[in-house]
Amino acid sequence: MALALLFFLIRSLPGDPLAVLSEDRPLTSEQVRDLQRRYQLDQPLGAQFTAFMGGAVRGDFGTSIQYGRPVRQLVLERLPRTLLLGATVLLINFTLGLWLGVQQALHRGRPLDRILTTLSLTGYATPSFWLGLMLVLVFAVRLHWLPAAGSQDPGLDGAGVLTVVLDRLRHLILPALTLAAVSIASSMRYQRAAMLEALRQPYVAAARARGLTEGQVTWGHAWRSALPSVLTLFGLWLPILVVGAVFVEQVFAWQGLGSLTAGAAAARDYPLLMGTAVLATAAVVTGSLVSDVLHALLDPRARAE
Amino acid sequence: MTPRRAALHTVWRRPAGRAGLIALALLALLALIGPLVLPDPTAQGDLLNGALLPPGSGHLLGTDQLSRDVLSRIVTGLRLSLIIGLASACLAVALGAAVGLIAGSRAGMVDTVLMRIVDALLAIPRLFVLLLVLAVWDRVPIPALVLLLALTGWYGTSRLVRAETVRLRGEDFVRAAEALGAGRLRIALHHLLPNVAAPILVAGTLGVGDVILLEAGLTYLGLGIRPPTPSLGGMVLDSRSVFVTAPWTSIFPGLVIVLTVLSVNLVGDALRDALDPRSA
Repeated sequence: MALALLFFLIRSLPGDPLAVLSEDRPLTSEQVRDLQRRYQLDQPLGAQFTAFMGGAVRGDFGTSIQYGRPVRQLVLERLPRTLLLGATVLLINFTLGLWLGVQQALHRGRPLDRILTTLSLTGYATPSFWLGLMLVLVFAVRLHWLPAAGSQDPGLDGAGVLTVVLDRLRHLILPALTLAAVSIASSMRYQRAAMLEALRQPYVAAARARGLTEGQVTWGHAWRSALPSVLTLFGLWLPILVVGAVFVEQVFAWQGLGSLTAGAAAARDYPLLMGTAVLATAAVVTGSLVSDVLHALLDPRARAE
Repeated sequence: MTPRRAALHTVWRRPAGRAGLIALALLALLALIGPLVLPDPTAQGDLLNGALLPPGSGHLLGTDQLSRDVLSRIVTGLRLSLIIGLASACLAVALGAAVGLIAGSRAGMVDTVLMRIVDALLAIPRLFVLLLVLAVWDRVPIPALVLLLALTGWYGTSRLVRAETVRLRGEDFVRAAEALGAGRLRIALHHLLPNVAAPILVAGTLGVGDVILLEAGLTYLGLGIRPPTPSLGGMVLDSRSVFVTAPWTSIFPGLVIVLTVLSVNLVGDALRDALDPRSA
């Protein structure tokens, strides 16, 4: 359904994709007709729609105008790099973000809570593309600690496995930090709220009364019961990561789907853009499904409903 | 005290809300007065000797590679960001409230169909819709950009308003109005709308920050506001080729985006805490 909406939204817009394409180099009317045939723009809207939906279901989004290669091939090529970046950021948000959220809840209203809230809100208000540039300025240009761009050093052919892995990690640090800094606020915030709610429950007081240590109460009782509602956020994080990746990958020339999308938008590469948009939508839908399943697995109350 | 003043008062009483309000007022003042006293942001000076001057040197925040005054461009860009953010968040909230009220006050088919459409729209990341549209729509006029940002930003509000409306529908004051013969429209506008005003206000305020960030991002990708119109995202984009030697062309516009969005969000958060005790 979302796919159908996307299709009609785009087709109903003013402007002709071929007009954008032919802006810089004039096309003869024959060439235009040929292109229209190739991208099926000469077909009636209904037929275009059927062809698009049929292709989309098979994972076929046509040919990229910019690269002249099948969109599916390009997307599959770039997918691993984006998964690596996304998984790293998710790991940071999941561990550091949740831990910070718990600390905030434990220090509610005290300076630590205030400082962390301000920091995470500032991160949330920061444009990822700008933060990326600033980190490059400090850590790559001034300090020469880390590479400024790319996902690997081109001069490492024949180097040992360890060298290659270390090189990849060095390239990963800045993009992952940037994306984590702008997205960690949501995990901290929800963990803080969920933890505060949990700490108010009678069983927490009961656990304390039984003489359990503060650590056991915090992590074994309060945090354990706050976890399902935080995990549901998985569905919320995924869109943030997908969108953030477009900017961050573009800034760091990280060869993933985000920079592919940004490049496609800049080059008006319409089939490619459509392909990545559909993939992003699929990722978001899958994310919310996964979070529902996780929620049901972890929270008996949700199963009962 | 009128409800509006009461809301302002509660925001003012919170330190974070007060900081946000003060910062926002200063930024708005800067955006209003700045263009009157600062040099023309599009005027190019001496390209040979006037380009990439560091801060100080007659230009408070330096000049860019086309020897234009960075501060002037920031102030003009800020004004545009604020206008776009406010206009499109207002539009989005109005649209969301209308859809939410219609869906919430009419149970059955209308409600189901509207909410399924909203579900489908929510599944597509907003940025991608805008990228697709703007990739085809070359040199989008700014009013159209405002409209596009609004058309992609109302789904959340409509859900919120629908949920509140459904909750209120069974309340005594609504049933009393019904018993007195009030029409559906009158109930929606006079009885339901004022009671869902608080979440609408919060969603709208937070929406302003989202729109400002989104617009800067789109412009940075080369799709939003086009040169020569100065914009904050566009300044960061332009600085990419020179930011190593002239970091001021990049640092200041970005800082202004952070400060603007942060202060809007601080006000929004304070409003939410004040108006909706459940989420505090």
